[in-house]
Order: sequence, then structure tokens, then C-alpha cells
Amino acid sequence: MKAEGRVFRYGDNVDTDVIIPARYLNTSDKKELASHCMEDIDSGFVKSVQRGDIIVAGKNFGCGSSREHAPIAIKESGVSCVIATTFARIFFRNSINIGLPILECPEASQEIQKGDKVSVDFSTGEIFDETTGKKYKAEPFPPFMQNLIAAGGLVPYIKENY
Amino acid sequence: MAMTMTEKILAHAAGLEEVHPGQLIMANLDMVLGNDITSPVAIKEFPGFGKEHVFDKDKVALVPDHFTPNKDIKAAEQCACVRAFAKKEDITNYFEVGRVGIEHALLPEMGLVTAGDTVIGADSHTCTYGALGAFSTGVGSTDMAAGMAIGKAWFKVPQSIRFRLSGKFKKHVSGKDLILSIIGMIGVDGALYRSMEFSGEGVHNLSMDDRFTIANMAIEAGAKNGIFPVDDITLKYLKEHGAREPKVFVSDEDAEYEKTIDIDLSTIVPTVSYPHLPENPHSAKEGRNIKIDQVVIGSCTNGRLSDLQAAARILKGRRIADDVRCIVIPATQRIWLEAMHEGLFDIFVSAGCVVSTPTCGPCLGGYMGILSEGERCVSTTNRNFVGRMGHVKSEVYLASPETAAASAVTGYITDPEEVGYEG
Repeated sequence: MKAEGRVFRYGDNVDTDVIIPARYLNTSDKKELASHCMEDIDSGFVKSVQRGDIIVAGKNFGCGSSREHAPIAIKESGVSCVIATTFARIFFRNSINIGLPILECPEASQEIQKGDKVSVDFSTGEIFDETTGKKYKAEPFPPFMQNLIAAGGLVPYIKENY
Repeated sequence: MAMTMTEKILAHAAGLEEVHPGQLIMANLDMVLGNDITSPVAIKEFPGFGKEHVFDKDKVALVPDHFTPNKDIKAAEQCACVRAFAKKEDITNYFEVGRVGIEHALLPEMGLVTAGDTVIGADSHTCTYGALGAFSTGVGSTDMAAGMAIGKAWFKVPQSIRFRLSGKFKKHVSGKDLILSIIGMIGVDGALYRSMEFSGEGVHNLSMDDRFTIANMAIEAGAKNGIFPVDDITLKYLKEHGAREPKVFVSDEDAEYEKTIDIDLSTIVPTVSYPHLPENPHSAKEGRNIKIDQVVIGSCTNGRLSDLQAAARILKGRRIADDVRCIVIPATQRIWLEAMHEGLFDIFVSAGCVVSTPTCGPCLGGYMGILSEGERCVSTTNRNFVGRMGHVKSEVYLASPETAAASAVTGYITDPEEVGYEG
């Protein structure tokens, strides 16, 4: 599986309140959630994001609330992958569970710039910044999580195995 | 192999002799929790697991507390979805408006969590029950749905950081000041993926409510769980609240900790975390130049009876500053009744506060106290992120109930010592 797109770049500790503010949590409609994605940190995101685009951020991405609405909003807005130095643990679980590709790669997180064109190969963890020509390698997932991802997320994984 | 209490609980839940940090396990769950925001997503996913019913109708808790009483039509529809599912599955622990309270105050109060339990909740502050010596952690809606379907969840056994407490708090200092200080010390990702274990003789000087407040905010340091040893105070609380028989797990003396941080409780001062991260603590004394518009006293962090009592001690016989709105939110109906019987509402209302029905409302910018552009709120809640309580250019300052009440009186961030009370 591969992804390719332009980069939206954010800093450290991007919390789930700015990814999807709680004032919009009176719905679980995916499209409606996506229409407010990143609104409080980047009001231009929704207008300019295109299918395949990639979010690159610093440490502790997705901290705060357990709301799965956050990775849902990101995935539904068309983002193909989030690359960060580290992810907050509930956001990490939620992303794996719903099939939003995420990669931890401190070097890529520091160096890749806003607007760069980047491609990601999920089978190898290779990240290629086409704008700068630089290659990075993300941390591989442990086998259990690779199985979960390969199954298509937690729901099909549990259905198959339990 | 020597183990921490978190490792022992997880080994027990996974049916294993021992576990070690980094190990992936499937654990049996004693309770699966959801609220009116997270449950609808889980309920939509539930049929996908191919199970006819929830794994155990007594081990699921559905607590519509965030936007209740229903704040608008969409919120009403989400609550209706939860209500219908609770009826269909005959869920024992579903709580309707009038009986509902803020989930993390309600579950311990109802005796639904006991020491040694393994609990997941689709709410990040589920880590609160670590105060009772349980392993308890926040997850998302899909994990909640899986938990309801098969009664299990996968975990990576966390490494532990030990906070060894000694001494006693000084007057005007509480568990909130301690946890804000700790988050300031280690940062909002200082315990990422880790267990925060509180130990040492200082623990025995912490009330149950202080422990709930401290464990509640473990997530604000990125932790998987916060946990306290079980002592006489825990056992008394569990008994009084009719909890199931406690399973007491004790950390081995030679258990491995990633690090140990020693804290003398007598060195902690009234603390306020400034916007926009809980890791920005300042002493309350420094806040004289910060004028405020609103104060919120409540939430899963600080809406318990002793929190309201602490605020009332400060507010007794005083008036809220002219330019300040003060909103008091008892966390559960039982707390509400006890506060009323104790005469706390007389104190609050006479001071110029409004007293609300239990709800998470303003903490997450839902309703019941939203901030406009440029407004500042001193709040006993748990997060001060950008836009958390309203407008993206509003500000939340996190503090204890005493500091919040003192600030309501003066109109600026105030150390409770400056205002004081008798006794």
C-alpha cells in the first residue's frame, strides 16, 4: 500500500480538541466531522486538503480526549497518512483500529516542510520527500499490529479471531 | 519475576503467571464504559463483530453525561441512540438524566469498580479508577465496541514511573496542585505509554477524592494509567460504596521502574496551569495581573463533595467579583443532594454563583458556560487546550477548587491564602 500527497505541517502536542472541537461532537457523521477537521489550528485546512495529502507533525500528536472522531475526521477529509515524532497513545490505538495509516519517524517529522510532495510505502515504512529528494525510514509496527492493520482494523480482526 | 501492581493486575486479567513491559496481551475486562459522545460510534460498529449481544450486560456502563440534559437536537439524538441500545441489550448500568452523573465520579460512587479490576472506557479520563487500585485506561469507540462484544482488550504492558510521595499538604493545597505540579515537571508527554504509580508514606495522607483527582489527570502527562496502592482509606471507600470484593495487588519491592521521582507533599503550593497546555504551571501567587471573566468548579477532576466543600469554605459569607460569573457543577446527583443538605448551595448562591445539574458541559466547550473571544476562565477541569472551553481565542487556567473560588472572589488569579477562611 502506498500514499502520495502534499504536506500539511503542524507542531508538537496537536490535541484532539483542535483536530475536531467538541462543539461538533453532537454528531458522529463522518462527513460532517471532516468538514471541521483542524478548524481551530488551521482554518484553511478543510478548503485546501486534497485526497492523498499527508499530515506531518511533532511529538505527542493527538493528545487529549479519547474521541475517535479525531482520526475519523482526518481520514474522512482525505488525508492518506499522518507522520509524527510520537503519537499520544489513545490516538495511536484509534488510528490503528480504524485503519488510518500513521508512522512514527522523528527525522522525517523534523525535516519535511509544508507543501512538500511526499510518498510513503507502508509495506517498507519508507518515506520519500520528492521535493527535497530525501528518504526516511519509519519505525516498523510490531507483528501483532501489522496483523491488525492487514486484517483491515480491529472490527474484522476480532470477527476473524474471536 | 518482580512485578509492579499494574503488571500484576494485567497478568491476572490475561490469565498469565507474569508479564513484562512491552509484552502484548489480551486482557479480560471487568467493566467497559462509554458516554453519549463516544458510545454512538461504538454502537454503530457493534454489529460488525458478529455477536448477538454484549458479552455481559452487568459489565457495560453507559453514562450519558457530556451533553446532558440534551443540549440540542443532535445531542438528543445521540442520547436516544445510547438509550435504545441500553434497552435492547438490557444494560444494567445505564443512567438516565436524574440519576446520571459525570461518569468518573459516578462509577466509583456506585461501587462499580473495585481494586484489582481491569477497566476500559471510551473517555480519556477513565484512568481515574486507578485511585482505587484498579488498572483503568481510556480507549476509543472501536475498542469500546470490541470490549462490549468479547469482554477483552489488547494492551501493551507499560513501563512504570514511580512517584514516591512523602509528607503532608499544607493548608490550601490539594491533589490538583500536586498533579498540575507533576505534569509541569515531566510534561504533557512525560509519561507517554507509561504507568504512573504513586507510592510512599505520603499516599496515606491523601484523601480518596485527592487520589481520584490525581489519577484522573495521569492522561494529561500522556500516561496509560495512574495507580495508587490499596490501603485502609481505599478499603473503607470500597466498602462504603458497596463495591465487589477487592483484589489487592501490591508492587514488589524489587519491581522495575523506569525512574523514581520523590516528592515531599509539604513543598507543593497552590498551582495554576496557564494556557494552552496543562504542562504550564505557575504558583497561584503569580497571577495577580491576570483578570478573569469566569470560574468553573466541577468536572470529573474536581466535582466531588470535598471539592465543593473546599470552594464553599472560601466563598462563605463572600460575594463573587462583579465582573465574574461562577458556575458550580456537582458531579453526581448524590453529591448534589449532600451539598444541598450541608447548606453549600446557600453559600454558593448567596455569593452569586449559579449551581448546575451534573454535566461535563463547559469542560469541553459543549455548553453551560462557553467563553467568548478573549475571555479567561479559571477552571477546576483538566484541559486548557486552544478553544477547549469556547472561542479559539479564549483562555482556560487550570486550578484547584480553593484557588478557583478565591479567584472568583477577587476577579483575578488568586492564591487561596490571600483570601483565607476561618478554621
